[in-house]
Amino acid sequence: MTELYPGYDVLAKRWTQSWNEQTRAVIDARLAAPREPIFFTPDEWRCLSAVCDRIMPQAENRPPVPLAAYVDLKLREGFLDGYRYAAMPPQDEAWRRGLAALDDEAMRLHAARFHALSTARQDHLLSRMQRGELNGTAWGAMPSALFFAHRVIPDITHAYYAHPTAWNEIGFGGPASPRGYVRMALDRRDPWEAAEAKPGEEERARRENDRVG
Amino acid sequence: MKTIVSADPFAGPRATGGRAPDVFRAGAWVPMRQFDDSETVDFVVVGTGAGGAPLIARLAEGGFSVVGFDAGPYFRPLEDFASDEMEQNKLYWNDMRVVDGANPLTMGGKNSGKAVGGSTVHFAMVSLRFRPEWFKSHSVLGYGVDWPLDWREMWGYYTKAERALSISGPLRYPWGPKRPAYPYRAHEMNGAAVLLAKGCEAMGISWTPTPLATVSAPHGASPPCVYRGFCRFGCSTNAKQSQLVTFVPRALRAGAEIRDLAMVARIEMGSAGRATGVHYIREGRWRFQRARNVVVAGYAIETPRLLLASATNRYSNGLANSSGLVGKNLMTQSNQAVFGTMQEEVRWYKGPPSLAITEHWNYDDEKNFVGGYCWMAQGPLPIEWATIQTGSRGLWGQALRDEMAKYNHQVGLKMVGEMLPNEANRVTLADETDQYGLKVARVTYGWGDNDKALIQHALGQMQTSLEAVGAREIFRQEDDTNHLAGTARMGFGADTSVINSDCRSWDVPNLWVCDGSVFPTTGGVNPSLTITAIALRTADRIKALAARGEL
Repeated sequence: MTELYPGYDVLAKRWTQSWNEQTRAVIDARLAAPREPIFFTPDEWRCLSAVCDRIMPQAENRPPVPLAAYVDLKLREGFLDGYRYAAMPPQDEAWRRGLAALDDEAMRLHAARFHALSTARQDHLLSRMQRGELNGTAWGAMPSALFFAHRVIPDITHAYYAHPTAWNEIGFGGPASPRGYVRMALDRRDPWEAAEAKPGEEERARRENDRVG
Repeated sequence: MKTIVSADPFAGPRATGGRAPDVFRAGAWVPMRQFDDSETVDFVVVGTGAGGAPLIARLAEGGFSVVGFDAGPYFRPLEDFASDEMEQNKLYWNDMRVVDGANPLTMGGKNSGKAVGGSTVHFAMVSLRFRPEWFKSHSVLGYGVDWPLDWREMWGYYTKAERALSISGPLRYPWGPKRPAYPYRAHEMNGAAVLLAKGCEAMGISWTPTPLATVSAPHGASPPCVYRGFCRFGCSTNAKQSQLVTFVPRALRAGAEIRDLAMVARIEMGSAGRATGVHYIREGRWRFQRARNVVVAGYAIETPRLLLASATNRYSNGLANSSGLVGKNLMTQSNQAVFGTMQEEVRWYKGPPSLAITEHWNYDDEKNFVGGYCWMAQGPLPIEWATIQTGSRGLWGQALRDEMAKYNHQVGLKMVGEMLPNEANRVTLADETDQYGLKVARVTYGWGDNDKALIQHALGQMQTSLEAVGAREIFRQEDDTNHLAGTARMGFGADTSVINSDCRSWDVPNLWVCDGSVFPTTGGVNPSLTITAIALRTADRIKALAARGEL
């Protein structure tokens, strides 16, 4: 994928009026999150990392967002969603059981654990999970479709779109307090917003994006 | 700019030692009167949101001794609120609830807050009046049930609520009976709102800038809104007129006490059939506050949860529940949406998310279903937008990343629709317990045929509007719901309702309910202004009853 917002880095605004001290502290902590598992076992970690790579495949020209680490953080800190479906176990139990069940499905189908499968086979298994077609005994009473929709998808994609790297990719303004925004109309951007590279204007966009900080 | 990053608001109570946080000045405090547990206060109010906070303030201003409890922390917006979707999850009621039924509800940020100020700390600030006929929807419109309130009286309380919250809005509102001009001018519209307006004009229906509880000019210590767009994740400038920065400070000035991080577990009943106080946990210690009156203002899940959890041998079905209706007739509102991609850059993250609205279908009865709905412009931030893409379209992998890249060109319209009361939709107590050792709520919900017909009508109308402005790649978000109501409905008699028009329990004369759970029907607009208007009325009624010696 070509860069839509070439050179845009929301972190360049870190010391501008768009970021206050409490936001800097929160984002700093997020960027400094440990990269190693604390909640997950090594087997679970390998499976989870492979799942993350397929749910949110990442660009190769920049450091990856450590998605599995953020899932681990959520579970060990016990951050809850405020509800769970009656058919679902609590989130830590759901993740442990779901990853084990995915490895179990991979073993029965392909005689290898999930992380060792080709990406095509991984995607095929994940698609079947999404449709609720994985029913091995390792799932217990947990419907695989609910595990996909209410654990795999939100826990991984929320972690991705909470990260400055993702904000750069989609041209989101990011933190905006206390300065906020001034130009509200269609097709208007403030100088501290990402400039989109229209065809033939990539260099101009890059120059604008160099100045957002 | 002076900034003090304060200590963890969850670590321990802040409203203590004769003072409470000054939400307008970093590091500062305001004096707070405090009461002893053994002192019998006139009123305990459980909950400090859109219903609880105005009632606490107005009762204290009326000379009553009042203690307001909230299970959540006492935030300092200037110091505690980051510009960050994930961090600000701390504003929500994230404790466990079990959801089931044919259409299980999404809880958490969508519909509940756990903070002093309640969910108004993170609400979208949309401040609308009911259509007058909804107060008599059964007798006038032929569905639902009637309210024991008169719309003309409510119109006056709406005006008071709009003034107290400095609502910004249009000079003339296009629908319903005449109402005063809004106290503050309407906000500038962002691109998403302009596209709503253009769509409505193409369809030949009215639209208006949305009446919003964020100031468009300075008010007291609140500066005008800077359009940073994180409204639903807490306002870090205090432009938003949440209860935390309006009625709560008023309550403190009038001599009320606010107890943060104080979870009320049970209402105690005395031998005379009256409540005697509340059991609560604060700083890890169980305590009992004596009171002459108890008001439950915990919203449509926590209010019935507390009434049911207060069951005794004498009140085996829970308090105020001789009708058997506590917890029943839970209503949410349909919150479906239609989204598309524009050629133009919309950048919908700027400004309040819902700067324009049409209530056309709330006031047009030529439909093949009952009830109404409005729709508003949208501005989801990245995590919410990803949730919509994954939830509605089943996207993941590279397909998700590719769609997310269109973020700055997206446009959307989202409804707030009326769902009908149904006793099968309800709150009960589950067997599992939360961190306080209290049974969690089980929330059971399913949509009815009329609900589904209304949703399909709205989706079609919103799609027509987006097509009219040239949106491409249009898709529908079919499954979303938001605000809550019902579960302790007001009514005309003890056998068909939980409370009377004064929000007073039919069964226990010194037990009251004052929040969205009192709604018999929910209407097609956001409920917060109606909750606040009812709270202001309830305060007046209590003062009138007290003057006659009838409390």
